Amino acid sequence: METAWLTLGALLTIFTFSFLYKDNVLYKIAEHLVVGISAGYFVVLLIKTNLWPIMSQRLFVKGDEGWALDQWWYFIPLILGMLMWTRFSKKWSWVSRYPLAFYIGIASGLTIPLELKNRVVEQISASILKFKFDFSATGFLMVPQGAWDTFVIIGVMCCLIYFFFSKEHKGWFGGSAKIGIYTLMIAFGASFGYTVMARISLFIQRIQYLRDWITAITS
Amino acid sequence: MTLYERLLVLDRRWIFLILAIVIVGAIFVPITIPATAAKEVEVIYNTIEELKEGDYILVAMDYDPNAMAELHPMSYTILEQCFRKKLKVITLTLSQNGAGMVDEALKGVADSSTMYARITPKYGTDFVFLGYRPYYALVILSMGQNFRVNFPADYYNTPLDSIPIMKGIQNYDDVKCVISISGGNVADAWVANANGRYNVKVALGTTGVMAADYYPFYQSEQIFGIIGGMKGAAEYEHLAKNPGPAIEAMKIQVFAHIVIIAFIVIGNIGFFMDRRARKRSGGQE
Amino acid sequence: MKRQLPLLLVFVSGIFLVIQYFVPAEISDRAYEFMLDWTVIIGIFALALGIWSLIRVSIEKIQRKTHDHNYTYISLAGLFAMIILGLNPWSAGLDDYTFSHLFRFVMIPIQSTMFSLLAFFIASAAYRAFRARTVVSAVLLVAALIMMLRVIPLGPLSVYINDTSNWLLLVPNLAAKRAIIIGVGLGMVATALKVVLGIERAYLGKD
Repeated sequence: METAWLTLGALLTIFTFSFLYKDNVLYKIAEHLVVGISAGYFVVLLIKTNLWPIMSQRLFVKGDEGWALDQWWYFIPLILGMLMWTRFSKKWSWVSRYPLAFYIGIASGLTIPLELKNRVVEQISASILKFKFDFSATGFLMVPQGAWDTFVIIGVMCCLIYFFFSKEHKGWFGGSAKIGIYTLMIAFGASFGYTVMARISLFIQRIQYLRDWITAITS
Repeated sequence: MTLYERLLVLDRRWIFLILAIVIVGAIFVPITIPATAAKEVEVIYNTIEELKEGDYILVAMDYDPNAMAELHPMSYTILEQCFRKKLKVITLTLSQNGAGMVDEALKGVADSSTMYARITPKYGTDFVFLGYRPYYALVILSMGQNFRVNFPADYYNTPLDSIPIMKGIQNYDDVKCVISISGGNVADAWVANANGRYNVKVALGTTGVMAADYYPFYQSEQIFGIIGGMKGAAEYEHLAKNPGPAIEAMKIQVFAHIVIIAFIVIGNIGFFMDRRARKRSGGQE
Repeated sequence: MKRQLPLLLVFVSGIFLVIQYFVPAEISDRAYEFMLDWTVIIGIFALALGIWSLIRVSIEKIQRKTHDHNYTYISLAGLFAMIILGLNPWSAGLDDYTFSHLFRFVMIPIQSTMFSLLAFFIASAAYRAFRARTVVSAVLLVAALIMMLRVIPLGPLSVYINDTSNWLLLVPNLAAKRAIIIGVGLGMVATALKVVLGIERAYLGKD
């Protein structure tokens, strides 16, 4: 039976690969099937592992005499959550703004201090404090490591200048922006190199799957 | 039509075919690629190695099937290392299609540990799977307060307080480090919310696409290590002396990369030759 | 009532969490825990909206008999098959044999294969578009080639390539990505502030 399932997986893999030749019926079948299956999986996952534990561990508890109400205040988020569904009614859709506002307020309130600390303060302070600026140690191309540390700071500033559009990119400002572009291009090149590896990895894994399938059906 | 012009308008399906033939063929080439672990990979391995028996570690496997090729090998090797070290492993997923894969991976690693390492990690005593919750940023923050805030029960709906491994375990203060093996923005949330707010040590296993983006966090010590893509996974397998799919895949990667580099070179030769020919004939570029 | 109260709710909850971050106290910690917990619960219902939208769009497609509408039956069949298999009273839920096998042998193969198609498209893009047309694009190309070459064992040359790729990652890449991180961070904070202060109201919709 497991081999039959393995074969189904292999066939669907081949159906999906058929897109490389051209868009066709087999690919479309696989494409639409995965939309339905993944949505269905998500529904079951949400109900079984998210909603049910709230109902059975928080809102109600099972005692010797059956289910009893426990933490009643969990009705509040449940009701607020259900209010989201009023979006489908033209007349009542404004009600969904309340749970949405609660969610957006919390998300924004959390973002302000956390992202300011992690993305701005920590990164700026790391550029100054975490580098050793050791000009006695030799780094890449026999250049002192301290020089490369300084290069990073200049690179960061030049890239930030490139992102700043409130001043025209002319003179020293334009020159710095130009250095910023080159720094960004090197970074995108590095990312591209990594991306090639990532994409090839995905294909290799599918080929390994097909190999395992052939081994299973032939043995 | 000149050869260069023909090169420039080559049907992309020929490119697809060449790549497919090379990758399939490479599977049968009996070579092993030497692996040397990068510093940012080695530090994760060493940190786990230095933990004592019974120490707690949180392994978050936050990825969907579309990233499993690169991240599953990392998850397997790290979990096997944790079980070999007899650590207490808390696992979870913050990726919606990840739950089924994590469940399967945990059972698979537990079985293989029993078979090959003669260790029998038991669910509930040696490891636990908390399951999936949506809105990862909030869930990561809530675990800094208490695991029970968002996870009153595990994946199988067993209350956390009745699972032996979770008795007395409250939040990140009780785990030595967090390893997030992530295929998306969840990695950012682990850095910002777990390390940023609760100062827990975080390391990342990422897909190749993401890897380069996290070096600033590594230099700023907001994360203590990065395992980047299949290469990182192969380096980890090498360190753990546990060769698996990543090491095999790196052999195939070599051939695939040669082909793609060749494509780039040929494409550029065609481009420059064509440009030169146009200049000579007085045409425009 | 329709607009002012939601704006007030955003302001109060947003400001509370900013203050709570800087001035933690037992009572505010407790409120913070509740907020985190409740928001996730509310969010679960929002996710259900997505599923409902999928069903509605699919039914509309069938009713209007749009191009390729026949495939929509496959999506709906997959969706309801999974729901019935996972939620019927006799089912083992996520551990149900057919349910878990559909996940393992239908969903995983198709999803991962769809993404693996990108391997071919990146190869094609490398051949057709990755050209050293200008100095800037040549810089990008050289950086990418060095990163790709580090995967290939080239004997003693590999040492230099590894050193260069490490330098690429830890010097120019670090600088550029750090600038992006700082820029994104400032953008996120500015947007969040606009939302909390009621300047940004797009989420309320019209009327």
